[in-house]
Amino acid sequence: MSTEAVDATAAAHGATATVKMPQLDISTFDNQIFWLLVALVAIYMIVTRVAVPRIGAVLAERRGTITNDLAAAEELKLKAVEAETAYNKALATARAEAAKIVAAAKADIEADLAKASAKADAQIEAKTVVSEQRIADIRAGAMESVSEVANDTAKELVAVLGGKADAKAITAAVTARMKG
Amino acid sequence: MAEGDATGFVIKPMDQFIVKPLFGGDHIAWYTVTNVTLWMAIAVVTIAALFMLGTRRRAIVPSRSQSVAELIYGFVHNMVEEVTGHEGVKYFPYVLTLFLFILFSNLLGLLPGSFTTTSHVAVTVVLAMMVFVGVTVLGFVKHGIGFLGMFWVTSAPLIIRPILAVIEIISYFVRPVSHSIRLAGNLMAGHAVIKVIAGFATLVVASPIVIGAVTAIYALEVLVACVQAYVFTILTCVYLRDAVGDGHH
Repeated sequence: MSTEAVDATAAAHGATATVKMPQLDISTFDNQIFWLLVALVAIYMIVTRVAVPRIGAVLAERRGTITNDLAAAEELKLKAVEAETAYNKALATARAEAAKIVAAAKADIEADLAKASAKADAQIEAKTVVSEQRIADIRAGAMESVSEVANDTAKELVAVLGGKADAKAITAAVTARMKG
Repeated sequence: MAEGDATGFVIKPMDQFIVKPLFGGDHIAWYTVTNVTLWMAIAVVTIAALFMLGTRRRAIVPSRSQSVAELIYGFVHNMVEEVTGHEGVKYFPYVLTLFLFILFSNLLGLLPGSFTTTSHVAVTVVLAMMVFVGVTVLGFVKHGIGFLGMFWVTSAPLIIRPILAVIEIISYFVRPVSHSIRLAGNLMAGHAVIKVIAGFATLVVASPIVIGAVTAIYALEVLVACVQAYVFTILTCVYLRDAVGDGHH
């Protein structure tokens, strides 16, 4: 090439060779411009046919997905809050119910207890009455026996002491003594 | 390449920019397959790989390559939307095309032994003129003759307005020049500097420093490659705003 020839001759003069700028070599301009236009058209085709629609779609889709996900997350959060409220409500209701049941059971038990103790009291009362009756009977029976025994004993004593036993007088005397 | 010979160094930092036919021959016709063709094709293939293969799964949770593609897409999309407003978004594919071409050409040009297509003014001038002509035509289509109102600064006092109009018109026509030279100049200078410094590596004493310096400059050039792609794109958006936006400055 001609430039090489120029450089070769210039090289003989040392490091400060005069260099011709290839950029200003007009003979290569048409070639460069032609290939530049070819390259630009090719890149433009890639950009408009593939890159822009594809990446634009991907970016839009991604934005959509992110928006959807955020919305879904928001919804789920609301649901969670709702569920928590419902849970708390259910818990409170259950507690109230339980308290009610406990109170009812307590009342029942108390009523039963009162009834049972009342019954027991009544039975005890009745038994007491019967027992008292029987004690009174026994006492009365005992009294009678005592006066009989006393009469008999007094008669025997009088007879033993040699007196004439006047049954009537003795009985009256014993009775009077026992009263006294 | 630097070649030591009897007379000292021969550092030819500009050789990397030579356009040569890929399959031999000397003549370069407009259709000749050259290293320009090769590296532009590599850029196109890389972009295709990233944006077609990388995104083919259309995953909601992106893979690594899809993330990169989405990152670039989002970056340029936000830039267009913020700078040109909502109206400008329909020119987004065009801006993205420019950005991708420049970014990938710049970065691929940093591979050792590669050819940097965007270091050639022929390429960057075409890119800038496409923006310039496009914006001008779009401005007249959208605003009619009112597009010229851009040069008439109503916020300035009446007396200075004609002067400002002249300055505005000049600056308007200088736009494609600065737009294109900035990109080509940055890349050419960076690559040439790397080559010049690397040339000194043949000096045994200097070579450790050279390795460090080349590494540092290479890192800087990676940054420059991205920043220049960004600058070109954001300026495109700024110019586009003049055409599609309502608020003239």
